[in-house]
Amino acid sequence: MRHTISVLVENEFGVLTRVAGLFSGRGFNIESLSVAPTLDATISRMTIVTSGDDRILEQINKQLNKLIDTIKVIDFTGEDFIEREMALIKVSAEEATRAEILRICDIFRGKVVDVTPKCYTVEVTGSPVKVNAIIDLLRPMGIKELVRSGPVVLGRGPKGWKGN
Amino acid sequence: MKLTGSKILLESLIQEGVDTIFGYPGGTVINIYDDLMGSSIKHVLTRHEQAAVHAADGYARATGKVGVAIATSGPGATNTITGIATAYMDSIPLVVITGQVPTALIGNDAFQEADLIGITRPITKHNYLVKDVNDLARIIKQAFYIARTGRPGPVVVDLPKDVQIATAKFAYPDTVELRGYKPTFSGNVRMVEKAVKMMLSAKKPVLYVGGGATLTDAHGELLELAETLQAPVTTTLMGMASFPTRHPLSLGMLGMHGTYYANMAVTNSDLLIALGARFDDRVTGKISTFAPHAKIIHVDVDPTSIKKNVRVDLPIVGDLRDVLQKMNKKLAEHKDETALAKETLKSWHEEIAAWRSEQPMKYRSSKTEIKPQFVIEKLRELSDDDAIITTEVGQHQMWTAQFFDFTQPRTFLTSGGLGTMGYGLPAALGAQAAFPERQVIDISGDGSFQMNSQELATLVQYRLPVKIVILNNNFLGMVRQWQQLFFDKRYSETCMELPIDFIKLAEAYGANGLRASKPEEVEEVIKQALAIPGPVIMEFKVSREENVMPMVPAGAGLNEMVLRTA
Repeated sequence: MRHTISVLVENEFGVLTRVAGLFSGRGFNIESLSVAPTLDATISRMTIVTSGDDRILEQINKQLNKLIDTIKVIDFTGEDFIEREMALIKVSAEEATRAEILRICDIFRGKVVDVTPKCYTVEVTGSPVKVNAIIDLLRPMGIKELVRSGPVVLGRGPKGWKGN
Repeated sequence: MKLTGSKILLESLIQEGVDTIFGYPGGTVINIYDDLMGSSIKHVLTRHEQAAVHAADGYARATGKVGVAIATSGPGATNTITGIATAYMDSIPLVVITGQVPTALIGNDAFQEADLIGITRPITKHNYLVKDVNDLARIIKQAFYIARTGRPGPVVVDLPKDVQIATAKFAYPDTVELRGYKPTFSGNVRMVEKAVKMMLSAKKPVLYVGGGATLTDAHGELLELAETLQAPVTTTLMGMASFPTRHPLSLGMLGMHGTYYANMAVTNSDLLIALGARFDDRVTGKISTFAPHAKIIHVDVDPTSIKKNVRVDLPIVGDLRDVLQKMNKKLAEHKDETALAKETLKSWHEEIAAWRSEQPMKYRSSKTEIKPQFVIEKLRELSDDDAIITTEVGQHQMWTAQFFDFTQPRTFLTSGGLGTMGYGLPAALGAQAAFPERQVIDISGDGSFQMNSQELATLVQYRLPVKIVILNNNFLGMVRQWQQLFFDKRYSETCMELPIDFIKLAEAYGANGLRASKPEEVEEVIKQALAIPGPVIMEFKVSREENVMPMVPAGAGLNEMVLRTA
């Protein structure tokens, strides 16, 4: 089963390796991982998408908590949360397909952020399912290159991770 | 007043109560060694950095304090790896200080540079690269705190040469602030109450005790619990010596080379109480047939140990000693019931007694050949009660666990988790440095001994009177045993063809060597050796193809023990 976990860690030298090494060393999956500092510059927030059965997920949670640099682990499984991912998609834009690309872009509330005579670069944000959908629609036009940020998540409602 | 980094390091060690460190000098720690001259800290120069870490580990296991080792950058640092991994697997508190090339050169493939933080990440509880001398005192404080609290473990502090030379104001912090590290010490009282309820209603309880009992010095509490409940006690290799082996409730060790009756008791129990143990594969055998009828209570300070390998009915996270004290206190409220424990569990005790008499721990004795088990028994008979025993890894280690009776805690130092050959001699060195007056004996095989035999020099130099028993069968015996049993006696590369003259080797280092080739010589050799005030090698030419029995073949269940070699 797919799980999305947020890990708040000390924004310190080597912390990414500690987390990534933990996953590889213990044979856990990482589907995606994104990391950036938080409002508090001493804390980084990682969002990890992983998969495994209940026993493995319990281990992942515990092992992450065991790292000295880990401040908090939030598993969003079963929670109400917002999940967003960004993609930049470089797609061939010929005479015949340009209008269609713009239309698709519109439907997904994407933006064309770079234009050349033969190519558009599209920026789109949404849940991974939505990003998958636009990629599927653009694929027949000829995707030249693609980058996805991996999802980031926040719980819904007024509560922050500190519980207030 | 400002101090240099190297002085801050040594001052911090003194603040932590460190009196002895083990190490080996080199280019990037030369400043520290310069300041060591005239310091109150005693330094023991081993002949290999791996031995320095094992010695610090032996010191830590024997004393309960944090062991400290030091090595230079590059090869010095990489030589510490096996020692660090050994301590990590057995949860031994260590602080290992390694030199590093100057910060400006890090990443440049400088002379004697290795990314030690990268290399040691998976085998340390935590590690630090110190980039600023102003952080050094805080980091040392944190390193010791992390090493000894929660589930103990090794912490590496990588210290670049320029940081050792730079100066800063020295003030050793009083407290540690680590927002991400708050290990649970106190066991949950409600869970303890539930556990006690389960204990009181169990008909076939077994206490399964691991290294946590030693690490928390909980032997007194453990004895009280076992006697109150009248519950039989089996220990892992790491738990040995935390419960007296000769106690009527002791079942000895369980698992692959455990006793028949311990494994049968676990297989048939209705309540397995795991205390500071982690259900290692050498203990459980095939998981699906492990304690199939038992409810499992698991007490451990490390939440990741719980439900990692087996299902658990009642987990309790906390310091084992704290939890045992709470259990004993709660049980004291049930005196009426516990007073009858002997009666209530009578049939369980009878069942176990039957297994015990059916398959006692024994070996076939010989009048012509020295049996290794016989040497172990004689050694027990002739050594002090508080003698500290270390082992290497292999057959001799298992025979020691099976046939040496331990009566006091922290008297059995062995590499359980990693299974490191070459551990025993340097660990004995470290234990002897901590307790110069006690008997310290390394029980070894001819294979393992040669992995760190250079430490004979350290023993002689520092007048550390460690006694070394070599059970010499000219084989890598444990692997040979597997080849005999599972590979059709194809002894591929397990015969140590070159017979070493261990007596001459001892003498070359200025130590003593004694040899026994016949059973009747064994006692005399041990007596003589124990009477010599310096280090001694006792070489016993033992029967070559003796096997460690009984044995649970890898992947089989505990109830499928092979009792003797066909």
